[in-house]
Amino acid sequence: MININKIYQWSRTNLFSNWYNSLLSLIIVFAFIKFIPPLLNWLFFDATFRGSSKAECYGDGACWIFIKVWFQKLIYGLYPENQVWRINLAFLILIFSVITSIFVKPTIRRYIIIFLIFVFPFLAIWLIGGFAIDIESLEIYIPILEEVDTRVWGGLSLTFIIAIFAMLFCFPIGIILALGRRSELPAIKYSSIVFIEFWRGVPLITVLFMASVMFPLFLPGDTNVDKLMRCVIGITLFEAAYMAEVVRGGLQALPRGQYDAAKSLGMGYWQMNALIILPQALKIVIPGIANTFIALFKDTPLILVVGLLEFLGMIKLAGANPDWLGFAVEGYVFAATVYWIFCFSMSRYSQRLEIRFSTERK
Amino acid sequence: MKKTLKHLFSLFAVFALVFAIGTEAMAAKAGKTLKNTKKKGFVKCGVSQGVPGFSNADASGNWTGIDVDVCRAVAAAVLGDAGKVKFTPLSAKERFTALKSKEIDVLSRNTTWTLSRDGGIGLTFNGVNFYDGQGFMVTKASGITSVNGLNGVSACVNIGTTTELNMRDFFNSKGFKYEPVVFEQADEVVAAYDSGRCDTYTTDKSGLAAQRTKLSDPTAHVVLPETISKEPLGPVTREGDENWSDIVRWSLNVMIEAEELGITSSNADAMKTSENPAIKRLVGAEGETGAALALDQEWSLRIIKQVGNYGESYERNVGPDTPVGLSRGPNAQWINGGILYANPTR
Amino acid sequence: MIFKNHILRANEFIAERPKLQYYLPQALTLFFIVFVIGYFSFNAGVNMEDQGMETGFSFLGGEAQFDIQFHLIDYHGGMTYGRAYLVGLLNTILVAVLGIFFATILGVTIGIARLSTNFLVSRIAEWYVEMFRNIPLLLQLFFWYFAALRALPPPKESYIFFDFAILNIKGLYIPEFVWTNFNAFFYSILVSIVIVVLFIIWAKKIQERTGKQYRKFAISSGIIIIIPFLSIIIGGVGLEFIHPELKQISETIFNYEGGSKAIPELLALVVALAMYTSTFIAECVRAGIEGITKGQKEAAASIGLTPGQILRLVIIPQALRIIIPPTTNQYLNLTKNSSLAAAIAYPDIVLVFAGTALMQTGRAIEIISITMLSYLTLSITISILMNWYNKKMAIKEK
Repeated sequence: MININKIYQWSRTNLFSNWYNSLLSLIIVFAFIKFIPPLLNWLFFDATFRGSSKAECYGDGACWIFIKVWFQKLIYGLYPENQVWRINLAFLILIFSVITSIFVKPTIRRYIIIFLIFVFPFLAIWLIGGFAIDIESLEIYIPILEEVDTRVWGGLSLTFIIAIFAMLFCFPIGIILALGRRSELPAIKYSSIVFIEFWRGVPLITVLFMASVMFPLFLPGDTNVDKLMRCVIGITLFEAAYMAEVVRGGLQALPRGQYDAAKSLGMGYWQMNALIILPQALKIVIPGIANTFIALFKDTPLILVVGLLEFLGMIKLAGANPDWLGFAVEGYVFAATVYWIFCFSMSRYSQRLEIRFSTERK
Repeated sequence: MKKTLKHLFSLFAVFALVFAIGTEAMAAKAGKTLKNTKKKGFVKCGVSQGVPGFSNADASGNWTGIDVDVCRAVAAAVLGDAGKVKFTPLSAKERFTALKSKEIDVLSRNTTWTLSRDGGIGLTFNGVNFYDGQGFMVTKASGITSVNGLNGVSACVNIGTTTELNMRDFFNSKGFKYEPVVFEQADEVVAAYDSGRCDTYTTDKSGLAAQRTKLSDPTAHVVLPETISKEPLGPVTREGDENWSDIVRWSLNVMIEAEELGITSSNADAMKTSENPAIKRLVGAEGETGAALALDQEWSLRIIKQVGNYGESYERNVGPDTPVGLSRGPNAQWINGGILYANPTR
Repeated sequence: MIFKNHILRANEFIAERPKLQYYLPQALTLFFIVFVIGYFSFNAGVNMEDQGMETGFSFLGGEAQFDIQFHLIDYHGGMTYGRAYLVGLLNTILVAVLGIFFATILGVTIGIARLSTNFLVSRIAEWYVEMFRNIPLLLQLFFWYFAALRALPPPKESYIFFDFAILNIKGLYIPEFVWTNFNAFFYSILVSIVIVVLFIIWAKKIQERTGKQYRKFAISSGIIIIIPFLSIIIGGVGLEFIHPELKQISETIFNYEGGSKAIPELLALVVALAMYTSTFIAECVRAGIEGITKGQKEAAASIGLTPGQILRLVIIPQALRIIIPPTTNQYLNLTKNSSLAAAIAYPDIVLVFAGTALMQTGRAIEIISITMLSYLTLSITISILMNWYNKKMAIKEK
């Protein structure tokens, strides 16, 4: 009885406080009743989950068989099926080292982090891309792991490969650019400004076109840098410019006293930045850094304009397959859900960090 | 502090070292194309993203088609095994870049031989493996039976193709109004046409026949009889490595000449004892054909044995008995009233 | 160890010479930049020489030979590549302007809705923001274009709204406006604006002198409506619509002709850009309004301002100062994101110029450079405009 009273009071203040709020509430409730059940029916109740071909999809609901049949490809792209363990292994190593780094002592954690930053990326490339001992002068060519062309990399795994690499490299470059922009040496300062503002002023798509069409012309005639690598370099430089601006915000927020104190201890420029300034500045801008990472993650699908098929690209490819025409909506809904889960949890995590750090400072 | 500095330096050293090794591994140094192909052990071949009959991959990733056969012929000639080809599917837009950036060494992707491409953008065309022409496809229900009924339609087309330019020439010359809708991927064009975004789909007629098999109801569509352009399609290589271009050109030529001389994959070995010197040259029993291309003596024999002659390739991939179902038409040998005319292999 | 000693000695050497400390890093940086640029240009030169490629911008004068589906200025394939570039650029600007317009309206609405006292309204606004900002823009674009707009009916079975707008798979058609005596109408609007400005100045003076207040908003809008209306009655200003007409091309193919048409590619792009960007603008708006302390409102109320006046005189001017800088950034992002047009066949600068024109001419370096510079110019222009506006809005200390 008390509950009903409470609900009444609550709805009085929150739903029906005056005439237009009441009207709005009624309209919204009506819209819910009108649209939610059909949506749920399409998504779940009328949907087909079991089966393995298009013919088994009947009724008005969604055809989730489409996703089921293509699932392997959506995760691994066109990567040869018998080699998929290599991708799995690479990601298992990553997850395993991240988890252990949380539980071990800080002294050991340092080595794990060094491993993750400086060794793991190349290990992963070798593992996923395959490698061979190739000494040109001695005409030695011994393949060790079968080479898998980056063109067949794809799906969600490629999304993560690109995101992880770009994040890893854009961070140090961003810091250097930010320091460069705050430098007192005019040549360094202005070249940093030009560099940053150039990348921030152009869309990522043109950067990718540049990487795929223009960049090969800039290299000596007998070198061929892989297209995926060219694109990752492009994305890295692009995000580094945004990262630089975030870091600069942190540097500007530090009181002058910190610089003076460091200098009075006789520290040089690099010592001062590495030991005093950056650790504090970066801590302030952790939310900004997280937001840049989220933006980067959301930008990865763009590589499909240069013919690399990460997750969204694979969804589109699957939807254009003649056997599966007409399931675009299912594909996009599934893709949206996956991206949303990742981006939303990342943004929630960054909000939590924001709250934690904002209380810490006070 | 000094300790930290030392750490920092060693970190940077490690970083630089690892980075150098990494780039070294990925930036494959390429020498001459032939030498490099032999070292790698496969021919890097650019094909379409799926045109049945020309270059199309089945579910397990095996490529078939007459464009694919050109690359297989090159592999047979150079590496001795027609199976040693790595196929790279490319969109129309990225194909030339892929060739020029050495991602591929042969582009065999229904590419039209035109002056501006041959002269202006650093490509070499190496003969014609399919004589084609541009046509239009419409739905049967539309009742359109000739291109003269196309005034005011919207037309779907692939970006960056000669098709896009021919289409304008055609509509202009007829004084027709039209709306061009351009897409990058062939699949997007087909899907747009299928959904009704466009009233007609235009590309090479062979392409129309091939793409029709992908529509939701292939029988509901017709290809209009008129041909509005000449589209000689053939394999392309980079300008600057003449030896490699020669290999591609003459590999194709061998296939065409083999058909003319009646040499097939099954009788090639027996032909070694033929009386005809032209046949003997083609199966490597006479003359020094391989030396001129820096290949061995049996290169042409391997092409015929492993890939077959042009006629075999045609019947297998696009001929009347296949779903694509194209008759030989202009692609018949010159002795049979077509325009296929092989240069003498001697 | 020897290595370490060397480094330390080098450090000391540099530390003792301030001039060296000043010039050496700069010289190294410049050298590095010059080296990289030189290396790239050298390679480009050699490669293009090897492959027999031509260079230069003379191709811009050449005949384009391709048609463009949607153009704001007169264009056909017989015109030059330069003209095609201009068509693409204008299409980009069109999408950016439309996108900014709708994103702002939507963003402000959602931002205010998030602060609503109505539980349902604020929750829905919150979920709208969380949903659309966390899905990649390209995916949203694909959804609107390949799933939603492709499901529309063919021209024969179009949706028709109020006999005015027609929506089908080939686009959105609205009547074309044809004015008679447009000049009279135009001047009447000019005149009414002048009158309104004069009235507001006069009213302000009166208010300063006597404290008497006029209902400025109501009176101004009255003037703006009435004077042009009079011009229509007296001045013979007429507005006619040319309605798009359904034309049969063949047995089953129909097309609307005449009227103004927005192609589905444009619609999808504008919808996706507006919805995506509006979530960010909504957050800016919310932060701006929440940034004003309660004390401000209370203070304003205590000197006897009405709720409307509080909003207009106290909250909005202050909130705008917080809102505008981050919103500018969102406008910039929207403009840059409009380049995604290339993925759905909307003929913007990327599709027309960095797509078709690049393919037909093969001038990768020139075309990509021009495209990037165009975006850079657009971005810088928007920044400058907004900075100027920002300065105008900034608090003037007296």
